[in-house]
Parts: sequence; C-alpha cells; structure tokens
Amino acid sequence: MNATMTTRAKLGLKQRYALLTRGLDWEPSYQSKSAIFPYAEFEGIKIHDWSKWEDPFRLTMDAYWKYQAEKERKLYAVLDSFAQNNGQMGLSDARYINAIKLFLTGVSPLEYQAHRGFAHVGRHVPGVGPRVAAQMQSLDELRHVQTQIHTLSHYNKFFHGFHEWQHMHDRVWYLSVPKSFFDDARAAGPFEYFIAIGFAFEYVLTNLLFVPFMSGAAYNGDLATVTFGFSAQSDESRHMTLGIEVIKFLLEQDPDNLPIVQKWVDKWFWRGHRVLGLVAMMMDYMLPKKIMSWREAWDIYFTEAGGSLFQDLARYGLRVPKYADVATAEADHLSHQNWAVFYQYTHAAAFHTWLPTPQEMDWLSEKYPTIFDKYYRPRFEMWAEMEKEGKRFYNNALPQLCTTCQIPMAYTEPGDPGTICFRNSTYKGDTYHFCSDGCKDIFDNEPEKFSQSWLPVHQIFQGNCGGASVEDVLKWYRMNLGADNLDQAGSPDQKLWNEWMEARRRVAG
Amino acid sequence: MAVVALEKDYADKVEVRDRVENFHGNIVVYLHWEEHLSFCAAMAFPLPPAMPFGALIKEIIPTYYGMHPDFAAIDWSRVRWIIDGKEVTPDPQKSLADNGIGHKSLVRFWTPGLHGYKGSRS
Repeated sequence: MNATMTTRAKLGLKQRYALLTRGLDWEPSYQSKSAIFPYAEFEGIKIHDWSKWEDPFRLTMDAYWKYQAEKERKLYAVLDSFAQNNGQMGLSDARYINAIKLFLTGVSPLEYQAHRGFAHVGRHVPGVGPRVAAQMQSLDELRHVQTQIHTLSHYNKFFHGFHEWQHMHDRVWYLSVPKSFFDDARAAGPFEYFIAIGFAFEYVLTNLLFVPFMSGAAYNGDLATVTFGFSAQSDESRHMTLGIEVIKFLLEQDPDNLPIVQKWVDKWFWRGHRVLGLVAMMMDYMLPKKIMSWREAWDIYFTEAGGSLFQDLARYGLRVPKYADVATAEADHLSHQNWAVFYQYTHAAAFHTWLPTPQEMDWLSEKYPTIFDKYYRPRFEMWAEMEKEGKRFYNNALPQLCTTCQIPMAYTEPGDPGTICFRNSTYKGDTYHFCSDGCKDIFDNEPEKFSQSWLPVHQIFQGNCGGASVEDVLKWYRMNLGADNLDQAGSPDQKLWNEWMEARRRVAG
Repeated sequence: MAVVALEKDYADKVEVRDRVENFHGNIVVYLHWEEHLSFCAAMAFPLPPAMPFGALIKEIIPTYYGMHPDFAAIDWSRVRWIIDGKEVTPDPQKSLADNGIGHKSLVRFWTPGLHGYKGSRS
C-alpha cells in the first residue's frame, strides 16, 4: 500500500462528512433546479442561501452503521433474555398490556409513516445538508418501527389484540386519529412536513409521548419496551436537534417565511395535542402503576420546557402556538373525557377497558382536585352502579366526529366542563363540524384538503366498511370479537393472567 | 384564500367524501342530549329526510338514551330544541326536512330540571 492511499484512508470525520454531503452534491447542467426539486417552491418558503445551513450533527454513514449496530446488539440481547425468562409474567398487572396494544396499533405505524415522510423530504429539499440529515432520520424511523414490532411480538404469543396492528391502523375508527395526523403531514409540502414532524412533533411534543410510555413501561415491569425506548433515545435527540435547526434556518432566511411558519406551528401544535390525548388517557387510566398525571406531565414538558423554547424563538418573531392556553386548560379534562369514550365504545376497541377502582379514583381526585369529584367521579360511579345491576353502560350509536382531528366530539367548552364544545363551518354549501376552535381554524385555512376527510362513522354509513352491523364492521377491522374487545374483566387475557398468578401462588406454597 | 398546492387545479379535483349523494338517500343527523355527558358525544344517524320528527322522540331517542336514570323523568312538553343554532319548536307530525333539518344538521335538546346523574352533567 503506498503512502497516498494510507493518507486517504485516514480522512477525519469532518472531512468524510463534507465529502458525503457537499462532496456528493453537484450543480445540474442540463436540467433546471426547479425540475429536479419540484416540491421546493409551492409552499411559499424562500431560501436564499442553502450554504448557511449549519449541520446540527455530522454523522457519516460508516459511523451511523456502527452506532446503530451496537444498539441493536444490546436491544436484541435484552429481548432474548426477556423471552427466555418469561418477562411477560413480571408485569405489574394484565391491564398494562392494553397500553402496549394502543402503542403498537397507534404509534408504531407512525414511525413507518415518519420513515416515508423523511425519505420524501430527504429527496426533495434542495439543500444537501438537510437532505442528508432527513435521509438519516428516515433510516432511524424505519429502525424504530422494526424494533418496536420485534419487541412487542413477544406479547402477541400470549395476549389478544396484537395480531393485525397495521391493518387496524388503516381501518379502525379511533386509529384514524393518529393515521390522519400523519397522512396530513405527508400530503403537505416538504417544508410543512419538516415543521410538522421535525419541529412541532419531535421537538415540542415528543417528550409527552415517549417519556410517559417508556417510564410507564419501566414502572410496570416491561423491560423489553424500556429497552427499545433507550435504543431510540439517541436518535430522538438527533431528531430534536434537526427540528430546531430547521425552524431557525427558515426564519433566518427570509422575513416572509415567518407568517407561513407560524401558521404551521399553530396547526401542528394543535393537531399534536389532540393525538396526545391517547397518551393522557394511558397515563391516568391504563397504567396499573402510575408515573405522574397527564396534568403534571403537561406542566413539565409543555408549559415549562415549551415555555423556554418559545422564549428563545421569540427573537425570530415566532410566538407561542395559538390555543396553547386552551390546551393547557384542557389538560385537566382530556384523560377523563377520552377514557369515557373508550369505556362506552369498548365493544368497538381492540383493547380492553375498565372502570377506575376506588383507590384509583382517589388518586385522580388528588391529581385533579378542582374537577374530578365534580364531573368525572359521578360518571364512573353511575357506570359502576349500572355494572353491579348487570346493565353495563354501552353507547349503541356511533359518535359525531370532528372533521379535522377525527376524534369523537367529546370535548367540552373551554371553561365549561358540563357542555360539549360544538363548532362548525360551511364550505361550498356543506356543513363541517369541529371539536374546538383549534380544529376549526385548521379546516378554515385548508378547506379543500379537509373536506376530503375520511371519517370512519360516515364511511360506515356509506357502506364502505364491511357492512351495516357493528359486527360486520369489527370483522372488517379484523378484530377477534370477544377476545380483543370488551371489558378487561372476563377477557381471555385476564383469564390467562389469573392462571399464571394462581400457578405462581401454588409454587410459592 | 388561495390554495397552497403543487397541482394547479387541485381545488377542482377535490372529492368531498361526505356529500349527501353518498348516503343512499339518507341525511346524516346529529343528536345531542345536553347535560348528560355520560353519552360522550352527539350521536350520528343516517336518516331519511322524510321521516317525521316525532319518530326521533318516539323511536330513536328512547332506543339510544333510554338506559339513563334521568330518562324516564323527561317531560317532553317542556323540552327545548336547538337545530343548527336556532331555537325551534319542532312539529312532530312534519318531516325532518320540514322541521329545518338538513344533511349534517345538529339537533341539541335540553330537558329542564334534569342535570345528569346527581346533577353532575353526566
């Protein structure tokens, strides 16, 4: 080997990174730039100088493979040992499994959507630095969905509701909430996608998704899920750094970008807040061992952390997202209202529900001192009484859905928890209904897009969901009736769990 | 407001999925019993516009709301109705359409004296 070759092989990380990004880019000679990057201009974002982009992290492919491979080895070693030691029996309670079903059907498919979305951005943004960063994030997201599937597949050997997560994600009424959130982002241009997912979701709200799920897993003996959480953590911090860099770059490039970016921040904050209602319900109602209340999590991760973030961004003229105050006030009600939806539609959900125990209600009273006893405790007590009389409360009609977030219109007027919040707009002679001013604004800004909403309830009425009866529709969802749905008490999951615990007691003597 | 879209004719290609024509002769009607939020949201029903309003009271409402402990105490002569934001006195003999109910109309009703389980709005 001659001396020149040796020198080449020893390029520094910085040089290698420069070659990977700037070095692999070129100026087109026989095609126009706009033909190569057709998505770059229609959103109205003005970029004058892509070279001003500062790469928030400088990762080359070889370093990327090395780090990721190392993490994978550790993760799969933990998964093997979890399986060999029957880790499923060390969970806090069988109820916990339902939180993980919600994660697999509601969140893991979003990782895949994020993978595809970032692949698109990684092709279509004209700047080479952000393009490479988006491509790496795209690979991360694909790795996340794979590791989540592998981790949670262990539970599929014992429990119901894990078998058709992707199919369900595409069809089940409540999963249209996270699905349509990402469909909306992916149907937008590359810059809106970057702000929607990279900034609003990954930077502003991600801690409210991952910290509760991963701490919830840790508190409830789910070592497997904790480990995939750790394995994703270093990627997440890279994603957050990218998200913040993107928003600063757009705002620095041209003052005309500010109103466009602000509108996206407002929209995606509100959309993200609506999707996270599932996490709120998971924290306050589904975890057998609670970590903290949704209210507490919101105060720490949004009000405090988000507060200082937006203070920092104020120098660009960006303000706190519109309706952040409404979302903060709603944090007192969100989890109770969502759990009440699933309790009464338990026959149509692919996980089990239950009423909070008296001890859990006391915990909720303590965490929500001004409202729980007044509005929600009586609701649960009424249902408990009905259960006792053998008249378990089911809602036998289908709910009105919000056109934007697609959630049943169960949210109440700001400041009036006794009255449902109804909003509507008229577009080309048709009426559209919304759960909030936030969702109405989003529609009013883009009525062409949202008048196409695929609302599960209306689709059932139109005959597009397998048939007219509830049973037909649930079969079209590929739900195993009597095993995946209905109450936790009396479910095959609970029965199996009771047998395990009984066997353990016998062994313990 | 101008459409922000790559496709120039995007607005003309929009397919409104909830057009009334897609509901096989029915209209979608939303019903909501105020101050009884144990029914988590307004309920949606595909109904023929020629159906008499009285059938809502006689058939649909008892079927779907009848299990509530307040239900038997409703004095129907005192019920307040708001259809699409307007306070009205519906004629039970006349059709939904003749009572001003159209596709995706919202029918809210208040039952005086009844404020949900133990007055909790539930």
